Amino acid sequence: MGELDAVYVLWLRDLKRYLRAKSRVFGSIGMPFFFLAFFSLGFRRVEFPGVEIDYVSFISPGIAAMVVLFTGVFSGVSVVWDRQFGFLREIMVSPASRFSIALGRALGGATTAFVQGLIMVAVSMLIGFRPAGNNLLLFPVLLFLTALTFTSIGIAISTVMRDIHGFQIVVNFFVFPIFFLSGALFPLSELPSFVEALAMLNPLTYSVDALRWSTTGYAFFNPILSIAVIFLSCFLFLLLSSFLFSRTEVE
Amino acid sequence: MSVVVKNLVKVFGNIVAVDSINFSVEKGEIFGLLGPNGAGKTTTMKILCTLLKPTSGDAFVEGYSVRRDPKKVREKLGVVFQESTLDIELTVFENLDLHGRLYGMGINERRSRIDELLELVNLEDYRNVQVKKLSGGMKRKLEVIRGIMHSPDILILDEPTLGLDAATRRTIWRHIEEISEDVTIILSTHYMEEAEKLCDRVAVMRNGKIVALDSPQSLKERIGEEIIVLSFESSDINVERLKAVSDGLTGLATHISLNGNAIEIHVKSASAVLPEVMEVLRTLRDVNVKGVEIRKPTLEDVFITLSGDSTSGDEHGGT
Repeated sequence: MGELDAVYVLWLRDLKRYLRAKSRVFGSIGMPFFFLAFFSLGFRRVEFPGVEIDYVSFISPGIAAMVVLFTGVFSGVSVVWDRQFGFLREIMVSPASRFSIALGRALGGATTAFVQGLIMVAVSMLIGFRPAGNNLLLFPVLLFLTALTFTSIGIAISTVMRDIHGFQIVVNFFVFPIFFLSGALFPLSELPSFVEALAMLNPLTYSVDALRWSTTGYAFFNPILSIAVIFLSCFLFLLLSSFLFSRTEVE
Repeated sequence: MSVVVKNLVKVFGNIVAVDSINFSVEKGEIFGLLGPNGAGKTTTMKILCTLLKPTSGDAFVEGYSVRRDPKKVREKLGVVFQESTLDIELTVFENLDLHGRLYGMGINERRSRIDELLELVNLEDYRNVQVKKLSGGMKRKLEVIRGIMHSPDILILDEPTLGLDAATRRTIWRHIEEISEDVTIILSTHYMEEAEKLCDRVAVMRNGKIVALDSPQSLKERIGEEIIVLSFESSDINVERLKAVSDGLTGLATHISLNGNAIEIHVKSASAVLPEVMEVLRTLRDVNVKGVEIRKPTLEDVFITLSGDSTSGDEHGGT
């Protein structure tokens, strides 16, 4: 039996569930939408030194990254209850390897997060965001890899969580700091240098920068560096989550 | 042997959930693990289907060790869990189709097998209905046919009728009997009736140990052929009088216990012992026998006898 079948089955299942649950589409876009709407209203006349693009263009790629961050981590962490009670147990007793299961789940979660991110971009365009430039085609690739990275991180977190009550802690002490430290809302150069150093350790920082570069041409880092970090962290976290997942027991 | 369990131990923290158990299951057999909640049945099943790793000891499924070859073991198994593991957002067909694909079945094989199985349990009309719209009984039926869809050598059923009403339970039993011709089944249950009706052999578990293992018939014979039940006014019966009855029948009864307002006497032949019983009762003063009943032992009697404490009836869960 092919391991690819297991990966495919899990991916397909996530996609079917996503297409059937309309509330998920609105649910996970709600908060980022309000961030986008109110920040771009409130800061529309703000000019940051050295930043040549307007604020809507500055924040929109960051908000797309926010959507894949939140949706991806949530989808990954939801493996906790899926593993204990749900459908995932059926998969765990099948001949599919733990590695394929983690990969299928990561790809499924990443795909839905990616689609949510694209929807967010469309919404940004209604507010006045105008993506342009020669590197536009890279945008979906980078967005998907970012989604895959954070879904994998979510799965890795799920393997050390006992139950779902810890989820709020994950959101408040992991997801939000990652988001605020990513340069999605303001340029990193505005931060004090020790906070800026922290931001440099955050994989989302490079995603936000590369996504902004591919749609507006403006970048803080060298785009090659950002793209390399995106690929590398995606690979590493995918590997880490599969490794941790393969060692879990179902109690 | 389809399944061999050797000195299996599972410890959670400082709780010994499974305490060095041994058993083996023959090909084609329906083997029952019977016991109250917390006896270690589910833990044993989870080790068999490789969800938990044994603390020590090992179990072999068609010769493959759950420690060393978990993947091979999983290829041999079909599993139906106590809690539902269906995807309720997907339809009946989609759940089965995903399952077939996961076990490497081709598209034509999947289609024809799904038709066949849905017909078996009368779910043809629900083929394209989302699982969340099905009743509890229908979901259970669906899980059972999903478990056998890929024609496993061994089917593991963990409490297959838990929480179902009596009529649905009977339907599920019928389906289990129908499919049992092709597959070895290990089922856990705390319903005595279920074990008695379905199982070729039963292992009675308590506190992580197997306290008895035999066919339901032999287990019942072990505690006597017949049971004499004497019921009394509640004020008339107490432990002292039980002892008096017990002393008077030494050598005639295999087991005597108190059950509410009744004394239960396990004997080889009720008609031979009954005169002696009446004689003993006559020696006790101020005791009014309200009724005398003679019945065949059930697995529940076996269970209560084996647990060694006739007053702990409440612990035995459902039934």
